[in-house]
This record gives sequence, C-alpha cells and structure tokens, in this order.
Amino acid sequence: MPFSLLKFGLNKDYPFEQIADLPPPGDLKARYDVVIIGGGGHGVATAYYLAKHHGVTNIAVLEKAYLGGGNTARNTAVIRSNYLTPEGVRFYSESVKLFERLSNEFDFNIMYSQRGQLTLAHTDATVRAFRQRAEVNKHFGGRTELIDSQAVAELVPTLNMSPAGLPVLAGLWHRDGATARHDAVAWGYAKGATQRGVELHQLTEVTGIDVEAGRVTGVQTNRGRVSCGCVVQAVAGHSAELSRMAGFPLPIVPYPLQAMVTQPVKPFLDPLVSSSALHCYVQQTSRGEIVLGGGSDPYPLYGTRSTLELKESLIASAIDMFPFLSEMRLLRQWAGITDMTSDYSPIMGLSPIDNYYLDAGWGTWGFKATPICGVTMAELIASGGRVPDLIAPFSLDRFDAFRQVNEMGATAASH
Amino acid sequence: MKILICPLNGPRNIAEFTYGGQVKVMPDPKGSTDREWAQYVFYEDSHIGVVQEWWMHTASSYWFIAERHNQTDEVLRTYDPAELFDKAVDRSVAHASKESEPKVHADAQHKDGNA
Repeated sequence: MPFSLLKFGLNKDYPFEQIADLPPPGDLKARYDVVIIGGGGHGVATAYYLAKHHGVTNIAVLEKAYLGGGNTARNTAVIRSNYLTPEGVRFYSESVKLFERLSNEFDFNIMYSQRGQLTLAHTDATVRAFRQRAEVNKHFGGRTELIDSQAVAELVPTLNMSPAGLPVLAGLWHRDGATARHDAVAWGYAKGATQRGVELHQLTEVTGIDVEAGRVTGVQTNRGRVSCGCVVQAVAGHSAELSRMAGFPLPIVPYPLQAMVTQPVKPFLDPLVSSSALHCYVQQTSRGEIVLGGGSDPYPLYGTRSTLELKESLIASAIDMFPFLSEMRLLRQWAGITDMTSDYSPIMGLSPIDNYYLDAGWGTWGFKATPICGVTMAELIASGGRVPDLIAPFSLDRFDAFRQVNEMGATAASH
Repeated sequence: MKILICPLNGPRNIAEFTYGGQVKVMPDPKGSTDREWAQYVFYEDSHIGVVQEWWMHTASSYWFIAERHNQTDEVLRTYDPAELFDKAVDRSVAHASKESEPKVHADAQHKDGNA
C-alpha cells in the first residue's frame, strides 16, 4: 500500500491535484537519444528505468494507438515465476520481486495481490513434470511445491476435483503467484517516466526505419521523421512486421489468444487456478470479475477476432472446473495477437543492426515480465549494447545456434 | 462456423482440419549449413499477406495446400499438393535438383496485403 494513502486518509480534502495525468504531448523533436517503438508496459518500463537508473531522459516512446492499449490491456494479468528452465526461473523471479514493491515505487496502486497460483495435474506424467518444476523453482528462488489432491481440495473448496472426467492427482502450488491491474502498471510506468522528462507520443505510428551502413539513423512516422541514437522495438503482436521494416526477419509466428471476464461477484476464489489438461485458467480479480483464459488459436493469424469454437470450449472447460460458473453472465470477451517463438521464450537483446535493440517474442507470457524487462533493457541500452546476464539466454542468435530455452510445458496452456 | 474447402472432401467445418505449417523449400541435406537449417526450421514468412500453408483433413488424414490471407483469414484457394510436388522426395540421394523443387507461389511469399 502506498504510504501516502495514510496521509490522505487523515486529510479532509480529496487530493484531486495530486493525481496528475500525463503531460500533454508536444511536437516531436528532431532528435532523441533513444526511440522506443511501442507504448505498452514493456516500452514505458524501459523508458522509466532508463530515466531513473541511468539518467537518460531524451527519450521518445512512440505508440501507434494509445498507452497500454495493445497486449498490455489484453493479457489476463498473471504474475508468476514457476517456469521450467533455470534461465526462465531466474528471470521471472526477479520480475516477481519487482512487482511486489511497484505500488510503493509509483506511489500509485497497481492492485497487486499475491494469492498464489495452482496448476492442476491430471496424469502421472504431468505429476512428474511438476515435481521437476518445483525442484528447479526452489533452487532458483521461487516458492513452489507439489501438493496432493487433498491439499488442492482444501485450498480451493469450490473446485470440481474431477473436471471433464479427469481426476485431480496433484497440484503445482506456487505461492509467489499473483495478479495486478495491468492498465495500472502501464500508467504507473508512464507517469514515472514522463515526470522524469520522457516524451510519450500516442497516435504516432512508425512507418519506416532508416538504416545506413548497419546502423539506425532515424524512424519515419505519420507525424514526420525523427533521428535517433538508437531504437528499441517493444511491440507485441507485430514484432516480425516491424523487424522486417528494419530489414531482418524474426522467428516469430502470430497466434491469436482469446480470453473473457464475467460480471463481478463477491470474492470466492483466492488462488489463480489452471488445469494443464483442460487448457483453461480461472482467476478472480480484485474487482470480483472471473477471468477465463485458455490456449492459443489453432492456426496463425494477425487478427483479433474471436471465434465461437474457442470461446465455447474455453467456457466448457471453466464450467467443468467450477460447475456453478454456468450461472454467471459474461461481461467482456476479446483476443490479442501473441508473438509465438518456437521455444516459448522471448527474444531480447541485440539485433543484426548495431543500435537496434529487441524486446520481442513475448507470446503469452509478456505481462509478468514487464518490470524486469524494463530494468534489463534499460541496462542494455545505457551500456551501449552490453547484454545483461539475465537476458543473455534469450538472444536472437540462439535459434541459429540451436540453443533454445524450452519453456513450452511451463507456458503453453497454464498461465 | 468457418468452412474450409477440402480438395478431397469438399466444404467442411474448419474444426475438422489440422494446421501443418507453411510450405517451405527444404534445403539440401547434404550441402547446407546449420544456419540454413535453422532458417528453414524456425523462420516462417510472418509478413501480413497471403501465405501458402499445409493443412490436413484430420478425419481422412488427407494433406493439401491452402492459400490464406493471414490477417483477414480469407482462404483464397485450396488444392492437392500434386500441383506443387510432382514426385516424392528421394531421401537416398538428396540433392538440390531444380526440377524436384516445389514451385512455391512467388506471390504467396512476398505479396503485400493491406486489407
């Protein structure tokens, strides 16, 4: 809880003037030291830490639509670090630690709520895989353990212990699992960054990238050209399209991911619950809505349309897990385009162009990495291209070297 | 319900089909570098536009090729792979003979689509 809340609690006046909106955007300057393409959580977090940790403030964040309106607004706001590989666990654990103190840092409530995440195992093979994940997690700093079906039933009394005829054999219980208000994360970073002098330009779409002799010199936008010292691409969904503009391909395939929320009800579900076999995860937000998320669409698409087939199967799975959900009304449903890589890990760091940095391939796991992604990308840019150890395993050249970081089992269906 | 026209079974619900990845030209197994293999395995044409893809009618295990716009999801054409592949890949003497390469639609690989 931000400590300033206490001060306001004792004050008779509601502090309207304290809640400063973003400064109005001016014209684009002719030149910036850093141009960040993409005004989502990752882009503004990178700008924030560049300004805060490294004193770099001549930064423009260019967003083609509005702040946090892409996948930052479309994810299901799950924060967790129970991954499979040491590289993944180390990276996401740092992110969880940063999330824990983000509200205080922003002096703005991101509604961070650490209730734990529970993934259900329905087969012996999954139990074995979960045991491995629990051990890797414990070793690299996460709080994860394998619990039996009795403990699962005690933890989530409303859960059907045999959804769709698949008995719950065990659960991977991740105490660090949490949720937060995703929009607030982007707003908090944007507020902090703009207060430090960063410029956020919404409705500013990059239409071309000027590359001369292996270096980026500037970007073309719908509001004119700006020259720049370096470029960071932090666009989810269209990463491969943008990199093509810069002149190189990325091993990314776009898949829509669909989700939905119900009307708000009184709190009944504390942990975030997902089933490894039903490809479904269910959680209750701090506002009381039930968020339902599932697997990706069955084939690639650059479209955010929803399909009845996927919504129907997702709802069926959710009702199998929590039968009384059949009484609920849906409030919203949507889809986002996710940047899928073949190993289900991101692509971060250097690109074939000297001063062009990558923050891409975030698939279905980008929101939870927002803070650590900002910290490490800022370090990379401020040092002029020295890759921090934490993100070195996620380099683009891992594909050519067949050195993938396989997180498929830990990401594909259970967020 | 989205309908896909199977060249063998006619119009069917798309839920009956399995997506099988883009149609790509396999590099010569004898003379290609690791990098070329990585490009073949991990990279697809992710440009917005018409792409050429493998699909299977799951119930009949019949593989065919579809040309689909990857943003509008409009399927322009489906056809039997015999149109592109006139003989089986000879695995005993793998070579890069031009005649045996499939005629991957130039349009499908590079055409811009701004739908």
